[in-house]
Parts: sequence; C-alpha cells; structure tokens
Amino acid sequence: MSEPILEVRNLVKQYPSVTAVDGLSLAVPEGVCFGLLGPNGAGKTTTIEIMEGILTATSGEVRYRGAALDQRFREEAGILFQKTALQDFLTVRQSITMFRGLYQRGLDVDEVIRLCKLEKLADRDNRKLSGGQQQRLLLAIALVNDPVLLFLDEPTTGLDPQARRNFWELIQAIKARKRTLILTTHYMDEAELLCDEIAIMDRGRIIAQGPPRRLLHEHFAEVMLELPKQDFPASARSLPLRIIDTVERVEITTDDLDTTLRILMAANVPLSNLRIRPANLEDLFLELTGKELRA
Amino acid sequence: MMADIPKRLAAVWHARNLEFVRDRSTMLFTLLLPVMLVIGMGLVFGGKQRPLFKVGVLATAIDTQAHPFLRERYVEFVPVASEAQGIQKVTHQQIDLLLDLHGTPRYWVNTDSPKGYITEKLLLASAAGAQRQPVTGAAVRYVDYLFPGILGMNMMFSCLFGVGYVVLRYRKSGFLKRLHATPLTAFEFLTAQVLSRLALILFVTTVLYVGIGMIIHFHSAGSLLLLVLVAVLGALSMVALGLTIAARFSSEELVGGLLNLFTWPMMLLSGIWFSLEGSPQWVRWAAGLFPLTHILDAARAVMLDGAGIGEIAPHLLYLGVTAVAFLAFGAWSFRWRYD
Repeated sequence: MSEPILEVRNLVKQYPSVTAVDGLSLAVPEGVCFGLLGPNGAGKTTTIEIMEGILTATSGEVRYRGAALDQRFREEAGILFQKTALQDFLTVRQSITMFRGLYQRGLDVDEVIRLCKLEKLADRDNRKLSGGQQQRLLLAIALVNDPVLLFLDEPTTGLDPQARRNFWELIQAIKARKRTLILTTHYMDEAELLCDEIAIMDRGRIIAQGPPRRLLHEHFAEVMLELPKQDFPASARSLPLRIIDTVERVEITTDDLDTTLRILMAANVPLSNLRIRPANLEDLFLELTGKELRA
Repeated sequence: MMADIPKRLAAVWHARNLEFVRDRSTMLFTLLLPVMLVIGMGLVFGGKQRPLFKVGVLATAIDTQAHPFLRERYVEFVPVASEAQGIQKVTHQQIDLLLDLHGTPRYWVNTDSPKGYITEKLLLASAAGAQRQPVTGAAVRYVDYLFPGILGMNMMFSCLFGVGYVVLRYRKSGFLKRLHATPLTAFEFLTAQVLSRLALILFVTTVLYVGIGMIIHFHSAGSLLLLVLVAVLGALSMVALGLTIAARFSSEELVGGLLNLFTWPMMLLSGIWFSLEGSPQWVRWAAGLFPLTHILDAARAVMLDGAGIGEIAPHLLYLGVTAVAFLAFGAWSFRWRYD
C-alpha cells in the first residue's frame, strides 16, 4: 500500500453538550476512493470538515503528505460541501472563473465545464439550476484546481435517482484520473459502487474499516434471507438462526442455505415472499451497531 | 504565494462587481436616493439662511461679561479660533459679523450681506468706537453647504450597509465557508470587498457630483483631484469600518443594530445638515472621531473655500490611518463560518 496522502490521528471534537468525534484515527492511501459511512449524527461531517481544515479539532492532528494542513493543502485539495450557496447574479461560467482565479494552477474553465457536463448551462444564472445541475456546478468548482485530493460530503443527498446516477458517472470519471477521493455518505449503494475502502462511523468513532468486500466477507457468511415481519411467527424466533430485525423485515444470515431453508420449512414459516441476496454494507452496519443506517 | 495575491483579489473583486451591477434594483436605489434627497432639501431650505444673527468672536469661549454686545438677545455668539478662519466665514456669510475684543474692539462685516448690515447696527449701538474692516463675498447657499453632506451621507450608507450586509449574507449562505476552503486569506477577501465597493462609490459619487452639480449650478472652489483623494480615503475608511462591524457576527439583528449605532450619530453629528459650530465641546470632540466628519470637513474646505492639500492633510491622515486600522482589525477578527 502506498504512503497515506492524508492521515488523521486521535481526533477529538468536543462541543459543549456532545462529543462529535471521539478519538478517531485513519489513513487515506493515495489514489483510492475512501468512504466515511455512518448514520445521520455519527460525526461524518464534523470529521470531514476537520480533515478539510475548515473546523478546528479539540485535540488530535490531521496531516497532508506528512505535514500539517497549510497553503499547499489548500492549493491541492478540492472540496464539495453538503450545502453551499454561490454569489447571486453570476452565471455558471462566471462562478467557475471566479474560483479558478483563486488557485495558482488548475484546469481550464472550459475543460471543467466539459468534465461536469455543464456546456449547455454555462451562461445560465447559477440560481436557476436544478438540484442536480447545482451539484454538478459545485463539483466543477471543487475540480477547478485539478485537485490531488477531493472531498465530497454527502454529494448526492437530496438528488433524484437519475441525477444521482449522473453524478456517480462524473465521480467515476474523476476516479479514472487517479485522484484521491474522500466521500461521506449514508447511501450504501453509493459507497459500494464508488469506494475502494470504507470506514464505518458511529458515535464519533470508527467501528470497522477496510475494503467493502473484505469487510463483508469478514462479517458475513455469504447470503442474507429476507422475510416480511408478518410472515415470521414469534415461535420461529427460537429457531437456531442468526436473526436481525429491521423496521419491516426479518433478516437471517447463513453460510448454509439448504439447512436454513429446511429449518424454516419445518417450522411452517411461509416462504412465498422470501428474498435471498448477498449481504451488503447496510447489513454490515446493522450487524455492527444494531442500528439502521438511514435511521 | 505573494505573487498570487493580486490574482486572487482580482477574481473576488470582479465577481463582486458583477453581482452588484446586475442587481438592478439596488443599483437604481443607490443612485436615486441621494438625488431625491438633494432636490428635496434644496426645495425646503434653498436660499434661506438660519433665522438667528450669528456673530463670531475671536476667543476660545464666549464670556458674556466681556462686552455688553455679547448679552444681546436673538444673536448667537460663537467662538472663532483664528482671524483668518473668521474672515473666511464672514466672506461666505456663514457668520454675519466677526468681532475681536482684544484691545480696541474691531469687527469685520460683509458689505454684500443684508444681515451683516443689521448686525453691524446692533454692534454699534453698544460699541460705537469699534474699528470697521469691510469684506465682500457672496453667501454660500445652504444647498451648496448641503451638497457635500449629501454625497458624504450616501457614501456612508453605501459603505456601511452595502458592505456589512453583503458579508453577513455571504456568511449565512455558506459562501464564505466555501471561500475558506480555497487559498484566499481573510485579508485578501476583505481587501477585494473594499476595492469593489470603492470603485462603485467613486463611480456613483462622480455621477452624483456631476448630475446634482448641474441641477444646483455648483462649482467647486478647489481642486477636483483633491476631492477625489478625499473620496477615496473617506470611502476606504468607512468601508473598512463596515467590514469590521460585519467581520465576526452572524446575526442580522445584531449587525443591523451595530451599523445603526454608527450611522445615526454620524448622521446627526458629522455636519451633514448643519455646522457644529457653537455646539458643546464634547459634541465636537465626539464628532471628530467619525470618519464622516473628516470627509465632510475636508470636502467642504476644498469645495467651498478652495483649500489645498496642506490645509486638509490632518483629515486625510486620519482617514488613511483609520482605514488601515479597521481593515487590520476586521481581518484579525474575521470569521468564515456561520455557527
């Protein structure tokens, strides 16, 4: 594994009534897409904003290429916040041009516009963009200095499914340019699709970290069985099965599908609505914390 | 890197200019308000003098026991520091008579002034042997006196509210937080805002100076270049003050209150509407703290009396020093985030 481009050591962020980040350490290798996952309130945004140099930590340190965050970091990092408003009355092109002027080096404004598929919107007032278009403009601004390291804080929250898919394509194009990405999300499909490595956060701490497939492999024996709650009688809860309850479903993890099915049939559990699927990150989070990610 | 500072300043400066120029309603309001004020004030006060007779006395304070004339009713007596200053006021008919009671009483009266004629008669009733020193000169119309005041007031509102609320809006919307994630420093951001507003104010003030000057037939007695210098330093000082007020806070109510706290005393005490001569010493001392007082004193000295740079140098120095001090304090206390 290459040297970490960004390293966080013993990070603590204490607010008067809550510890948002509680002794967190992690290292992000260069060239990967690193996902910081967790439910709302887990401390993701606080953590990423400290990593971006926007928030000051109560204690601990963040190092970019082995040094404290400095002017070089600001020149080489690109940031997409969860929510950003731009100046009124400026067009898409003018907004990008303004930010381009703040950096020593970077991409040509037209190239960024092309990269983020904003050609047809270049002369439109940035207040007259849809949610997805606005997010593409903010991504363009984050890319304007051709960043070595790109932070994306919940980039697709609030976008419709089509806009989310379009945005993922853009991020995959950036990944193809061998850039390092740090992404927070509570969408597990997003993390599985985009991230090479993930850290799962809960209550300001990392509770699991590694490549998604490895984590799933470590924690799950291959498959998940899902049943609607109403199809799962109370008597079946005493069966020798690993059962996890979600809001609407009962999930059973197993490495021996045949035996599990036989047990369920013997207990007269109706299986017409049974769904069998491989375990995903959502299951992993549930397994680790007992909580649903989008709760 | 230092070499990139101008580039970053230019980027923020240009974007802010575009934002302002395209905001048509604000732009129109910025231009129309002072024009309406001058026309309104000119109509109300045009050509009229204040009702009292006003006599300048060469002294640091008025001692009514010094001479029976100083006890006359319906005459306002104001101390005048120097003979030259007093003669100039008589010439412009800002006072009706100048009196020197040191030794044999002497007085200066403007032979073109009807009020001077009456005041002279009043004086001679109690000081028959006083030496007469006649001067001549047309009265400075109230509208001429008011003109620099209105330009200065417009400048003050534009500097304080225009800049203060913009920074507050940027902070609340998260735009400042986004800028914080770039290599831009607080000092660069604030300087770009100052320069953008300065360019706008110079443009608007020039338009108003030419436009209103034509309406009221005003001609400056002094150098226009010197007036530009007064405007530049004055605007810098007040924009920097506005930024300092908005540098840290996120509450519109608080910033609005603070801006009012500065603008209202300036409105009343900086001499926009009338001269502070004759007002208590502490009022004049307090007024001397406000940048607007120095702007107006310097502008009137140039516009009405034809003063040169040497005469207004203390005002220019005060404006320059406060501009740097406010900007430095603003950058030091600046907050990017809205919490």
